[in-house]
Amino acid sequence: MDQAQLLEKLMELDFMAVDLGLYLNTHPSETEAIAAYRSVITAADALRMKYEEAYGPLCSFRSYAADPQYWQWINAPWPWQKGANLSLAGKECQ
Amino acid sequence: MWIYEKKLEFPIKIKNPDARLAKIMIEQYGGPDGEIGAALRYLSQKFSMVTPQAQATLNDIATEELAHVEMMGTIVSQLTQGLTKDQLIAAGLEPYYVNHGLGVYPSAASGVPFSAAAFQSKGDPITDLYEDMAAEQKARSTYEYLIDLTDDPDVLAPLRFLREREIVHFQRFGEALEYARDHLNQQRYFFMNRK
Repeated sequence: MDQAQLLEKLMELDFMAVDLGLYLNTHPSETEAIAAYRSVITAADALRMKYEEAYGPLCSFRSYAADPQYWQWINAPWPWQKGANLSLAGKECQ
Repeated sequence: MWIYEKKLEFPIKIKNPDARLAKIMIEQYGGPDGEIGAALRYLSQKFSMVTPQAQATLNDIATEELAHVEMMGTIVSQLTQGLTKDQLIAAGLEPYYVNHGLGVYPSAASGVPFSAAAFQSKGDPITDLYEDMAAEQKARSTYEYLIDLTDDPDVLAPLRFLREREIVHFQRFGEALEYARDHLNQQRYFFMNRK
């Protein structure tokens, strides 16, 4: 997977976690949703680690500063910049 | 507290600048039913909310709205990149430009700056949750009007995503309302019993 594919997959998993989290707030006893949430965040964590190792930190808080010579947080483009992104045009839910 | 993650909730990469679209998209950034208003409304109301379910719902939807603020700002910003003077003038963006340049400023499409007067924090859980459900519907309508006026697929994709989120949030607030109503032990829940 290249950077864009990895990011797309991670966004997909993180979004599932956000949505399941909101659902569980009002359905806290639904074991099926709890199991789905757990499997989604496990998969997302593994992917996040892979992404951060290759392309730098996604979070400046509680992330390892892997490079002792330079603060990597400022290195990659910011999310609002085109260079950090991909277009899902045509793939969205209509 | 909050932790920032260096990615959008839904990716946005707009290839073509479009002054007309930038001018209307600002509505969901700083307009009365926009994302800043949504985030501040729920962030303010959570302090007087009842039941863990409804408190979590306000807190977490407010948090997601902050990600939507960033998405709308991204849409406006990317739409203005590479605009020519003629394009800017043709779309009538000069009044905005003379005040803000190509900076993203929280205002409605009409130019009215963002105001907290567009929302309430009433200290009454039932009142607030009804407002929140209405707010999600107002934002959904606005996204539909924006979608009506948009033909760029790179802009349509995030707009459709955001519209879907309004529907999900409306549903979650409806469920939170049920918890709050049960908690307040009301047969009828269009008024609040102050006991």
